[in-house]
Amino acid sequence: MSAPGVSISIHVNGETHSISVQPHHTLLQVLRYDLGLTGSKKCCGEGECGACTVILDGRAVNSCLMLAAEADGSNIVTVEGLERDGQLSAVQRAFLDRGGVQCGFCTPGMIMAAEYLLMNNPHPSEEEIREGLSGNLCRCTGYQGIVEAVQEAAGEKQS
Amino acid sequence: MLRFEYLRPATLSELFEQLQHYGPTARILAGGTDLLVRLQHASNGVVPVPTGNGGQELNQVRAVIDIKRLEEIPASIRREKQHLIIGARAVMTDIAGQSDVQKFFPALVDAVRVVGSIQIRNRATIAGNICNASPAADTIPALLAFDAVVVLRGPSGERRVPLRDFFLGPGRTVRETAEVVISVELPLPVVAVGSAFGRVTRRKGVDLATINLACALYENGRALFGYGAVGPTPILAVDESGRLCDPSVGDPEREEHLAKLIERATPISDVRSGEDYRRAMLLTMTRRIHRTALDALVTSQKGES
Repeated sequence: MSAPGVSISIHVNGETHSISVQPHHTLLQVLRYDLGLTGSKKCCGEGECGACTVILDGRAVNSCLMLAAEADGSNIVTVEGLERDGQLSAVQRAFLDRGGVQCGFCTPGMIMAAEYLLMNNPHPSEEEIREGLSGNLCRCTGYQGIVEAVQEAAGEKQS
Repeated sequence: MLRFEYLRPATLSELFEQLQHYGPTARILAGGTDLLVRLQHASNGVVPVPTGNGGQELNQVRAVIDIKRLEEIPASIRREKQHLIIGARAVMTDIAGQSDVQKFFPALVDAVRVVGSIQIRNRATIAGNICNASPAADTIPALLAFDAVVVLRGPSGERRVPLRDFFLGPGRTVRETAEVVISVELPLPVVAVGSAFGRVTRRKGVDLATINLACALYENGRALFGYGAVGPTPILAVDESGRLCDPSVGDPEREEHLAKLIERATPISDVRSGEDYRRAMLLTMTRRIHRTALDALVTSQKGES
């Protein structure tokens, strides 16, 4: 059975896209394949690993666990939307400084989860950082550098 | 993923029409965090876990009906007379953060906070957790212990079903095809209460429970224990002897009452645990949360006197 497309309008990283999407396509698929924003990654596809994390209307969500059609009218920030005038965000910068990136596959999701954490809690404790990133898996197990990067971005550690 | 139509009704009457039209081939999407995983599994030919959304019929799904913006279904959590009303569109992050939930139903807060991950709790709803009817759903034992009532609405009106009567089997509930959950109501406690939540998992984060349980001990002697993953549906065990709410009761007598609570549990062996381990943990965890809840009850009584 082929279903007709669904017309949606989404605001991604400040740009409005009015597009037709397949009803069964996830937001992640549309971001990656329709809009060419391949920063957000598909990994487990089941909400366990967080590699697809984006911020939707101010909340971190797994973009693999929602339909693109559900996002109609929403404001979405992906990892591509963090830099300002060519400058990386504080979190992105800190991931580089602290070696919070190994193979890099979990990095966009980690960074979005970290941005969301700092939006809600600008000065988290180490435990709060670990809790805040607990929906994101790093299979290189490079968690120490990631936690330090978030501490640095929060101004808790000297860069 | 499977091919289906995406529908977003603007009103309840439109929703009922769609539910009636598509019948069992429709699925309601509230949070979607469970539904989309299952639809994906169904299309990949992965045998679905025999819970949630009717299990194997998932490959027959023709319509996904998104109620995330249906304003007639509340997304709020508010007090009304003697109840706390959790709207069916309220997401878990908001439920765990709401002050009345924190004040009156702390075991529910603890249960909500272990569901999935932050990203999942930002989308997932309690109503969805209930309707999926997984025997291992983490929020259900606490809702049972707090005497939750499910408010359903369908084309012919509204009805209220105590949560303890809501489940029929894994993935099966008393909800009719054309009905939707509007809210979940929790009676506000009129006497002092102590509650606790417990859970056994293989790892800390993002895992299904091997067993989960919650209890509420009321000053008037009622002790309610909700259990998950110990049978085809979550179960509620009640002890009204008053002995479990009395800190002066000695160990042997208390043990007798606690052992009686779990008699109805029929745990199975599966990928997460053997039956024997589940049974052993059931008693251990029952003791543990009882102790925590009894301490909380005593504290709450002191606070009020």
